[in-house]
Amino acid sequence: MSTMHFHLRLWKQKSATDQGEFIEIDAKEIPSECSFLEMLDIVNNRLTREGKEPVSFASDCREGICGTCHMVINGVPQGPGRGAACQVYMRKFSNGQTITVEPYRVGAFPIVKDLVVNRSAYDRIIRSGGFISEHTGGAPDASATLIPKPVADAAMDAAACIGCGACAAACPNSSAMLFVGAKVTHLGLLPQGQAERKKRARSMVRTMQEEGFGNCSNYYACEAVCPAGVKADVISMLNREYIRGELSEAVGAID
Amino acid sequence: MILDAKIPEGPLEKKWTSFKNNAKLISPANKRKFKVIVVGTGLAGSSASATLAELGYQVETFCFHDSPRRAHSIAAQGGINAAKNYQNDGDSIWRLFYDTIKGGDFRAREANVYRLAEVSGNIIDQCVSQGVPFAREYGGQLTNRSFGGAQVSRTFYAKGQTGQQLLLGAYSALSAQIGLGRVTMHENSEMLDLVLVDGHAKGIVVRNLITGEISTHAADTVLLCTGGYSNVYYLSTNARGSNVTATWRAFKRGAAFANPCYTQIHPTCIPVAGDYQSKLTLMSESLRNDGRVWVPKKKGDSRLPQEIPEEERDYYLERKYPSYGNLAPRDIASRSAKEVCDEGRGVGPGGLGVYLDFSAAIGRLGEKTIRERYGNLFEMYANITGESAYERPMRIYPAVHYTMGGLWVDYNLMSTIPGLHVLGEANFSDHGANRLGASALMQGLADGYFVIPNTLGEYLSTQFGKKVSTDMPEFKKTETEVRARVEKLLAVKGTVPVDEFHRLLGLIIWNECGMARSEAGLKKAISDVRALRERFWKEVAIPGTGVELNQSLERAGRVADFLEFGELMCVDALTREESCGGHFRVEHQTADGEALRHDDKFAEVYAWMFKGEGNDPELVREELKYEAVHLATRSYK
Ligand SMILES: Cc1cc2nc3c(=O)[nH]c(=O)nc-3n(C[C@H](O)[C@H](O)[C@H](O)COP(=O)(O)OP(=O)(O)OC[C@H]3O[C@@H](n4cnc5c(N)ncnc54)[C@H](O)[C@@H]3O)c2cc1C
Ligand code: SF4
Ligand code: FES
Repeated sequence: MSTMHFHLRLWKQKSATDQGEFIEIDAKEIPSECSFLEMLDIVNNRLTREGKEPVSFASDCREGICGTCHMVINGVPQGPGRGAACQVYMRKFSNGQTITVEPYRVGAFPIVKDLVVNRSAYDRIIRSGGFISEHTGGAPDASATLIPKPVADAAMDAAACIGCGACAAACPNSSAMLFVGAKVTHLGLLPQGQAERKKRARSMVRTMQEEGFGNCSNYYACEAVCPAGVKADVISMLNREYIRGELSEAVGAID
Repeated sequence: MILDAKIPEGPLEKKWTSFKNNAKLISPANKRKFKVIVVGTGLAGSSASATLAELGYQVETFCFHDSPRRAHSIAAQGGINAAKNYQNDGDSIWRLFYDTIKGGDFRAREANVYRLAEVSGNIIDQCVSQGVPFAREYGGQLTNRSFGGAQVSRTFYAKGQTGQQLLLGAYSALSAQIGLGRVTMHENSEMLDLVLVDGHAKGIVVRNLITGEISTHAADTVLLCTGGYSNVYYLSTNARGSNVTATWRAFKRGAAFANPCYTQIHPTCIPVAGDYQSKLTLMSESLRNDGRVWVPKKKGDSRLPQEIPEEERDYYLERKYPSYGNLAPRDIASRSAKEVCDEGRGVGPGGLGVYLDFSAAIGRLGEKTIRERYGNLFEMYANITGESAYERPMRIYPAVHYTMGGLWVDYNLMSTIPGLHVLGEANFSDHGANRLGASALMQGLADGYFVIPNTLGEYLSTQFGKKVSTDMPEFKKTETEVRARVEKLLAVKGTVPVDEFHRLLGLIIWNECGMARSEAGLKKAISDVRALRERFWKEVAIPGTGVELNQSLERAGRVADFLEFGELMCVDALTREESCGGHFRVEHQTADGEALRHDDKFAEVYAWMFKGEGNDPELVREELKYEAVHLATRSYK
């Protein structure tokens, strides 16, 4: 098996209040077949053997579905290519290349340590309306409502969001509109989601603003980095739904 | 100790209904007074938390992930079973029940499995009403695919991301309840011990992974929904963080651990490529609907797959199991792959691989259809291996995937510790010695949405006026013990990274307690695990402190528990002197190499009780009574 060599610039920061700085590491003899996170594992285990503190980074599934991993690789949130940081492979880099790894820089995602940030703002947005209110046991037979395949497929494409936060990290305004739009589109397309449609968009957008995310000014950097391939159309859908929600509220049609 | 499964009286088909008719109810006013701790937010934990909160209980939910949505369930690909019979292909509750019992090689409890099949349809209804975008036909009906061990199409799916969509459904229900203030959610919180008061589970000790703070939490009952222990093998298809700590700590407090040696090796995973590898990637079983498994007939054939003519290929599953073919159950498909590789007919690096070939399906259905069905899996495969499965067959090899063993529970999902309930993959209850594909998602959601809301009253109705608080000495004492364990880990100050110990443990368990197990091998594994454990406590390196995010410390705690648990697994495998399902003892096989069960001795659950450090665990048995089905030799020929 062939090996490669990289020059790494890794962000170290003890805590949210700490200054933080890049450390420089020569990563030698990295198997060319390994993934980016496996390369970081190797580096961390070497640091550990030398009695130094490894660089903290988050990951879990390592197959691009859980949304745990999050970092900016050479300026790109979630790294080069499609997919999450855990799906980046070293063979995509050239031998000897300098690679800079830093955390997401989003005000609403405070830094926890090194490359790890706190993305709980996204959970709070969902809690404010990103669901269909129902209660277990009260559901009608699943076949009672027919949902044409194109509608089901479009809902699925929006539902594929892994909640990784790369959209906000890529956006010059730190907007979370791709994330919010994905959920509003997923539920808004389905017949089950109609009852709360207007209220949902309105409350999610309000929470998004309260959390300190910016607005969309059509850069589409979010779409470019989204590992789940969520399309920017969901933002147009969100804008429509939000305006409808505001109007309905103005005339007293929702509380 | 006698294990009482508390199975309701009456005929199999009536047990669950009669249970529900006679179950102890807790009035709405009283539900508000009871507090429930749920550990875990996978399918089991999220669905249970949401449903119990809807019912009015005070719920506190914990997970070690930074968001409940990231639980390992998110990674399930292929689908979820339900006996809806929308395809009109002869499916029924009975058939799903029977397939599951048979798939489990007649080592599961009839009553539990029947209940699972019974509620399976409700799960699909529930998920659809939450907005889970299951795959549909052009006319709008739900569509199905087939999974191993079944001759009907009963698997519902959402692309190759079924687990993600089901978990996001449960997560949205949970989020709604958190938003309403009915569930208190604790993320980044790892349960490190269980607190018992008068022998009842009444709380937990938790470490905050971000701050290192250790705290105690009290409740009227505790639900463990903490997933499986596949990562004892280090390399598995499970997420990196999946671990045995919660159930192992409960074991050490008195919960019996059942059938730990029942583990599932999944036949279709991307083969291991090197030492640096941190996990293995599953290629969903659904691929076997359209992929054909083969190896060259000749040993050491180094030609490219496309250069090997049809007559020189051995489609060994189709040959050996003509009626199920490529859809033979997992344990059988995995063992067959190992056999052909052991014969020297494996393909790819090290000869540890077999082909999964889609060319016939692409010819029949067109590339577009295949892309639609499996596009994301093909992409994942290409990303990892650099090869396109549209152009050449995938190379696959078995990998550890799921654990059927788990904490012993009765029909009410309560463990041998009163008040401790166990749901989802963490319990042992429904899959016997082998789980059928698409049945884990079904079980996790059945337990959380439909079983525990009905069975919890059996325990809680005995707990009026028995409130506990974290001021009690039991809480303080357990907390002190947890602190001491964390300190002890930090005090080792060795030089060997945690991962190294985990990898070595994985190798021991994979080699001796993997696809084939022998008496000599298991004995050796037990002594090797002990030696490794000793080394760990002398040499492990954990830089940093305990009062911050310290990922080495997190992992060290989990590996320390795996190092103890691995031994129990091997002890169980050694004691079960038969082959059944995923447990294959080389001493017990038929002339043509199939698993040989010994029903006269082993139609029993083996549950192990902790008897103090340094002492052998005690074996207690639950006899499996088959009243509705006839114990038969499994045949998929
Ligand atoms: C790659 C893959 C694909 C699969 N595909 C399918 C499929 O197609 N169909 C199918 O039916 N099954 C499938 N399975 C199996 C299935 O996904 C799992 O068995 C199931 O999701 C387990 O759910 P669970 O709720 O029991 O646990 P998990 O989803 O594992 O959740 C465990 C939870 O417990 C928490 N936790 C664990 N320990 C602690 C602790 N000490 N303290 C605090 N929190 C803790 C975690 O944070 C997490 O929230 C697949 C499995 C894998 C690995
Ligand atoms: S929309 Fe895309 S980038 Fe944003 S959180 Fe979801 S998956 Fe990540
Ligand atoms: S680790 Fe799960 S998406 Fe990267």
